[in-house]
Amino acid sequence: MIQAILVFNNHGKPRLVRFYQRFPEEIQQQIVRETFHLVLKRDDNICNFLEGGSLIGGSDYKLIYRHYATLYFVFCVDSSESELGILDLIQVFVETLDKCFENVCELDLIFHMDKVHYILQEVVMGGMVLETNMNEIVAQVEAQNRLEKSEGGLSAAPARAVSAVKNINLPEMPRNINIGDLNIKVPNLSQFV
Amino acid sequence: MLGYDISWAAFNIIEVMSASKFTFKRIGYLAASQCFHEGTDVIMLTTNQIRKDLSSPSQYDTGVALTGLSCFVTPDLARDLANDIMTLMSHTKPYIRKKAVLIMYKVFLKYPESLRPAFPRLKEKLEDPDPGVQSAAVNVICELARRNPKNYLSLAPLFFKLMTSSTNNWVLIKIIKLFGALTPLEPRLGKKLIEPLTNLIHSTSAMSLLYECVNTVIAVLISLSSGMPNHSASIQLCVQKLRILIEDSDQNLKYLGLLAMSKILRTHPKSVQAHKDLVLQCLDDKDESIRLRALDLLYGMVSKKNLMEIVKKLMTHVDKAEGTTYRDELLTKIIDICSQSNYQHITNFEWYISILVELTRLEGTRHGHLIAAQMLDVAIRVKAIRRFAVSQMSVLLDSAHLVASSTQRNGICEVLYAAAWICGEFSEHLQEPHQTLEAMLRPKVTTLPGHIQAVYVQNVVKLYASILQQKERDSDTEAAQELTRFMVERLPQFVQSADLEVQERASCILQLVKHIQKLQAKEVPVAEEVSALFAGELNPVAPKAQKKVPVPEGLDLDAWINEPPSDSESEDEMPKAIFHDEEQRHTKQQPPKADEEELARRREARKQEQANNPFYIKSSPSPQKRYQDAPGVEHIPVVQIDLSVPLKVPGLPTSEQYVKLEEERRHQQRLEKDRRKKKRKEKKGKPRRHSSLHTESDEDIAPAQQVDIITEEMPENALPSDEDDKDPNDPYRALDIDLDKPLADSEKLPVQKHRNADTSKTPEKEDMPVTEKKSKKPKKKEKKHKEKDRERRKEKERKGEDLDFWLSTTPPPAAAPAPPTPPPTGCLEEEPRVNAVITAPEEEYEESKRQEQDEEEEERDPEKKPAKHKKKKHKKEEKPKDKKKSKKKPPVNDEVEEPLENGALNEEPLPPMSSYSLLAENSYVKMTYDIQGSLQKDSQVTVFIVLENQSNSFLKSMELNVLDSLNTKLARPEGSSVHDGVPVPFQLPPGISNEAQFVFTIQSIVMAQKLKGTLSFIAKNDEGSTHEKLDFKLHFSCTSYLITTPCYSDAFAKLLESGDLSMSSIKVDGINMSFQNLLAKICFYHHFSVVERVDSCASLYSRSIQGHHVCLLVKKGEKSVSVDGKCGDATSSSATCWRR
Repeated sequence: MIQAILVFNNHGKPRLVRFYQRFPEEIQQQIVRETFHLVLKRDDNICNFLEGGSLIGGSDYKLIYRHYATLYFVFCVDSSESELGILDLIQVFVETLDKCFENVCELDLIFHMDKVHYILQEVVMGGMVLETNMNEIVAQVEAQNRLEKSEGGLSAAPARAVSAVKNINLPEMPRNINIGDLNIKVPNLSQFV
Repeated sequence: MLGYDISWAAFNIIEVMSASKFTFKRIGYLAASQCFHEGTDVIMLTTNQIRKDLSSPSQYDTGVALTGLSCFVTPDLARDLANDIMTLMSHTKPYIRKKAVLIMYKVFLKYPESLRPAFPRLKEKLEDPDPGVQSAAVNVICELARRNPKNYLSLAPLFFKLMTSSTNNWVLIKIIKLFGALTPLEPRLGKKLIEPLTNLIHSTSAMSLLYECVNTVIAVLISLSSGMPNHSASIQLCVQKLRILIEDSDQNLKYLGLLAMSKILRTHPKSVQAHKDLVLQCLDDKDESIRLRALDLLYGMVSKKNLMEIVKKLMTHVDKAEGTTYRDELLTKIIDICSQSNYQHITNFEWYISILVELTRLEGTRHGHLIAAQMLDVAIRVKAIRRFAVSQMSVLLDSAHLVASSTQRNGICEVLYAAAWICGEFSEHLQEPHQTLEAMLRPKVTTLPGHIQAVYVQNVVKLYASILQQKERDSDTEAAQELTRFMVERLPQFVQSADLEVQERASCILQLVKHIQKLQAKEVPVAEEVSALFAGELNPVAPKAQKKVPVPEGLDLDAWINEPPSDSESEDEMPKAIFHDEEQRHTKQQPPKADEEELARRREARKQEQANNPFYIKSSPSPQKRYQDAPGVEHIPVVQIDLSVPLKVPGLPTSEQYVKLEEERRHQQRLEKDRRKKKRKEKKGKPRRHSSLHTESDEDIAPAQQVDIITEEMPENALPSDEDDKDPNDPYRALDIDLDKPLADSEKLPVQKHRNADTSKTPEKEDMPVTEKKSKKPKKKEKKHKEKDRERRKEKERKGEDLDFWLSTTPPPAAAPAPPTPPPTGCLEEEPRVNAVITAPEEEYEESKRQEQDEEEEERDPEKKPAKHKKKKHKKEEKPKDKKKSKKKPPVNDEVEEPLENGALNEEPLPPMSSYSLLAENSYVKMTYDIQGSLQKDSQVTVFIVLENQSNSFLKSMELNVLDSLNTKLARPEGSSVHDGVPVPFQLPPGISNEAQFVFTIQSIVMAQKLKGTLSFIAKNDEGSTHEKLDFKLHFSCTSYLITTPCYSDAFAKLLESGDLSMSSIKVDGINMSFQNLLAKICFYHHFSVVERVDSCASLYSRSIQGHHVCLLVKKGEKSVSVDGKCGDATSSSATCWRR
C-alpha cells in the first residue's frame, strides 16, 4: 500500500499532497515538513530509500523519492511494495506528467493542480497501484479531457462561480515571469517493463 | 488540501459532486477525496449520489466516483455500496473493472463481512482477460494475504500458474512477494517455487524483479529447515546476484543488495562471510543508509581474528560521524558485535573495557545505559578482569565531571552508575580507595540523576567499609576516625536530595556512620562488623527468572498479606522493595544478555535483615532443588588471564595500545607455537596464557561465559509466557476470515431493496415446486446438524488434499491432470439414462446435429460427457433416448437426499474434479487435455494438452497434427500448410510432463465436434531412437465454448425477462448424487456459474466465447434432474442442450 504521495519543491513548498490515510491537516503539514528536511539533507547521488521512522505508520514504512530539477516526488509505502517498483512508478508518473503537459515544469503543477491529481488518480487509486502502462494512463486522461471539452469545460460554469472567481483579489502578477530552466528533465532510465 | 483545512466547504463539495456535468463532478469528487474522512458528518448525504454515479452509463462518471470513494469510504458507505461495487467488478469495461476490483480492498477493510461474499468473484478476476484487471486483483489479494497469509494458501496453485504465465513485471513482483509471505506456512510450497524462481533470476533483465525473486528465494530457503540437495546452489546464486547488486554503481541497488544480504546472513552466515571485503568497503560509503545496512551485516562477519580490526575501524567511524543517530547506531553495533553469543569473539577483555571507556567520551549519546550494562556484565562475569576494570572505573569516577556534563536520562552519565557500583563492589582491588571515596562524595555528584546517586550512596559505604578494615588492620585509628568524620560531613548532602530513594538510603547510612563514630570514640573495633554488611559474592540471575519462579507449595499468594507464609523454606531475605524496583526498571531498557547481573545484586548481608521473599533466587544452593541449577560464582570456570602488562594505566587508556599489544602477543605466541610444535593445536589466538595453563584454546573461554547462560534457565515448571503481540485494534485483523468455508445464505451483501424491487422477483422462484420442498422435510434437526458438521469437516479435508495434491506433484502442469477415472459413486454425468428433450428451433442447424449424431456412436469420454442425444429434424420435442450405458446406480444415499432447512449451508464433500481429461495414451506418452475459450477472441478456443512421458526414453521433436474440419481449424504457424503439424515447444525427459497450448479457430460454436489427430515424436533411449505416433480424438463439446462468467441475480432476472432468449429443456433420470455435487460438476465441467440457489433449484449462467448468454434452471427431483435452458442466441440454444 502507498500511504502518501508528496510532491514539494526545493524549498519545501508542497505542490501535491495526497494522503491515503486520514491525517489532520496540522499533522499533514508536519509530515511534509519533516519529510522535506529528511530528503533535503541527502545528496542526489545517494540511494533513494529512507526509513521514515516515526513519520507515518512506523518502521514498516519507507520513503522512496526521486528528485527532478526543482521538485521532489516522495512516496511513502509499506513493505508490501517493491522498492524498485515504486521508483519506476515515480518515473512513470513523471513521464506521464511530461507527456500530458508537454515539458512539465513546476509551474504546471502549481496552475494545474487539478489535472495533476487527475493524472495521479489514473496511476494510483486509494493507495494501490492502478495502472503502470503509460500509454493506457495517457489515453484515459485524454479521453476524460475530451469529455470535459465537449461539455464546454469550466468556462461554462454557472455565472455565479465565474463572478466569484473574478472577485477574488489576486495580487498583481508580473507579466513575464522569468522562471529559468524549470523543466523537469526526464532522464532515460532503463525501462522497467 | 495541500495541508490546509477545507472542511468548511464540505457541503459545497457535495453540491458540486452531484452536478450532472462530468467536468464538475470530477472536481467535486477530487475535492471530496482530499477533504472527506470518516468524521465528516455530511458524508452520509453522498450515499445515493455515489450509487447513482456508480451505475451511470458513462464509464468516466463511474470511474470518478470509484476513485473518489476509494479515498473516503466509511463503514456505512462500504456496507451500503458493497453490492453495487461488486456488480461493477464484472462491468464490460476493463477500466471500470479494475477500479472496482481495487476499491474492494478498501471496502473489505471497512466492512469485513463483505469479504466472503465477494471473494469468489475477486478470485475470478485473477483470470480476467484484461491485464490491468488481473493486476488489480493480484494487488488486492496480495494485500489481503499479507495480513492473514494462511487463509490464502489455497490460492497458491492459481498464483503459481499466474507466475509461470504472466509477463507483467508488476504482477510478477506482487505474486513473488506474496509467495514470500506464504512459504513460511507451507515449506513444500517453497520447494516447488525454487526452480521457477531461479529460472526467473537467470532470465529476467528487470532489476526489481530480480531483487524480489532473490528475496523470495531467501525466504524459501529460510523456511526450509532441512537441507535440500541443491540448497547451497541456490544460496550461492542469490549471494552472487546480490554481490552484483552491491557492486552496482546505483546506490539504490547497493542498498537493497545489502538489505537482502542481511537476510541471508541470519541463516547462512558462511556464504556471506566470503564477501567481507565488499561489506567493509560499503562502510566507507558516503551514503548513511548504506553504511547502516553494512553495519548490520558486519554483525555476522566478525570472528576472533578480525574483531579488533573491525571494531577499530568502527571506532574511527564513531569519531568521524556527524549526526547522533548514526553515531548511536555505531555504538550499539560495536557493543552488539562484541557481546554477541556471550563475548564469543573477545579474546582480550582489557581491550574491551578500554573500548567501553573510550565510548564514554561520546557526546550526546542516548545509549549510556548500554555501555554501563556492558561494563557491569564484564566486570562481574570475568573475574580476572576485575582488577583492571576497577582501576579504569576509578579513573572514570575521578573524571566524572567530564562525563556528567549532560544529565539527561540514558545519557552517558549512566556509566557512572556502573563505575560506582564496580568500584564499591570490588573495592578490594582499588589502589587508592580513599581518593575514589572522595571523588564519590564530591558536591557535584548531587547533580546526577537520582538512581545514580542512590548507587553512589550505597557504594560509598562499601568503600568506607573496606577502607575502615584496612585502617584497622594497620591499627591506624586516627585515620579511621578521620575517615568517619569525613563521611559524616559529606553524607548530609545526599540526605537533602529531592530523590526519595537517595534520601532514604543516605539518612539510613548517615545514622549508621554516626553510630560507628560513637563506637570508634570508645575505641571499639568496628571494621569487621561493618564489612560483614557486604560480605559474600553476587551471582548473575536470568532477567526473567524472578517472574518464572513457581509458587512454592502451600503458598497462597492471595492470602492475607500480613500473614507471612509459614512454610517458606528459604531463608532468603527480601531486598529493599524500592531498590528492587529500581533494578527492574533499569532492566527493561536493556537487552537481556547484558542485564542479568542487575538483578543479581543481592547481598548476603542484606538477607539477614530483610524478610522472607519467596521470589528470590539464591546464589548459594538452597534447600529448594529447583534453584540449584544456578551455580555459584565459584563454579564458573573463569579464564585465568595472566596479565603481562602493568595493570595501572595512567589516565584513560586507549584501545589502540591493546590492539598493538594483542598483535605482539599473537606474534609471540606464534613463535612459541613454532617452538613447541607438539602443542600445535592449542594456542591459536589465545593471548596471555603464559602460565602452564596456556594450552587453553579459544574453546575454553566459551564455557566461562556459558555458565552464565545456565543461570538464565527458568524454573522447571515455569510456564512459557506467550506474548500475544497482536494488536486488538489492528484493522487487518477483522479480515482474518476463512475464505474456504462455503458461503452461507445469510452472508449476503445487503441490497437496497427499494431500488431494485422490480427485478428481485426471479423467475426460478416462480417455478419452484413448493410441494416438493415440503415433502422432503421429515428429517430431524439434530441429525442434520451432525451431518453438516461432518460435511464441513470433510470439506475442509478435501481442501487440504487439493493443496497437498498440488504441492506434491512436481512440475506445474502435472498438477492438473485428473485422476483418469472418476470416483465410483456420485458422478452424475457418465451413467445416467438420458431423456433428452430437445428444442431445436432453427433448421439451419440440422447439419451440425447430424454430425453430432454420427459422432455419438463413437466412444465417449466419460469426463467430458459429450454424449449428444439429439434427434435430427425433430425440432421442438423429443424423444427420450434411452442410450448406452444403463449401469446400475448405487443405492441412493440418505445424506444426499436430505433436505435442508432455511437454506443453511449444505455442503458435502465434492469428489476431486479436474477439467483435464484423458485424450490418448500409449506406452510412451499420456495426453490429457482441457479446452478453454477466451473472451478476447470470439472464435478461438485454446486446447491445453498435458503430455506426460511414461517411458524411460527421452521424447523429442514432438509434433501435433489435427485433421481440420470445416468448422474447426488448428491455428498453425504462418506459412505452413494445413497438413503440417504444429511442433510442441519442448522436449520431455523420462517421467516429466509439460503442457502445450494449441489454438483452434471455430466457425460456429453451436455444434460439437470431434477432430482426429496424431502426435508424432522421436523416442530416444540407450538403444537408439524410434519414430512413434499416437492417434487421438479431440472432443469439442458445446460447453467447451462457454466461459465461466459470473452474473448477479438482478441482471439475470432482467436477462430472462427480456424475452430474447430461446428455450429448451431436458430431463435426466437416475441422478443419484447430491444437488450440491451436481451443481459443482456442472459449473466445473461446463463452465457455468451459479447465480442463485434455493434448496434444490439453482439458476446458472454462462457466456459463450461469442458473447451469447446461456441461462440454466436446474431442478432436482426425487431421482431426476430437469434442466431448462435459455440461450441468448437462439441458435446456441439447441446446441447447448445438455449432453450427458
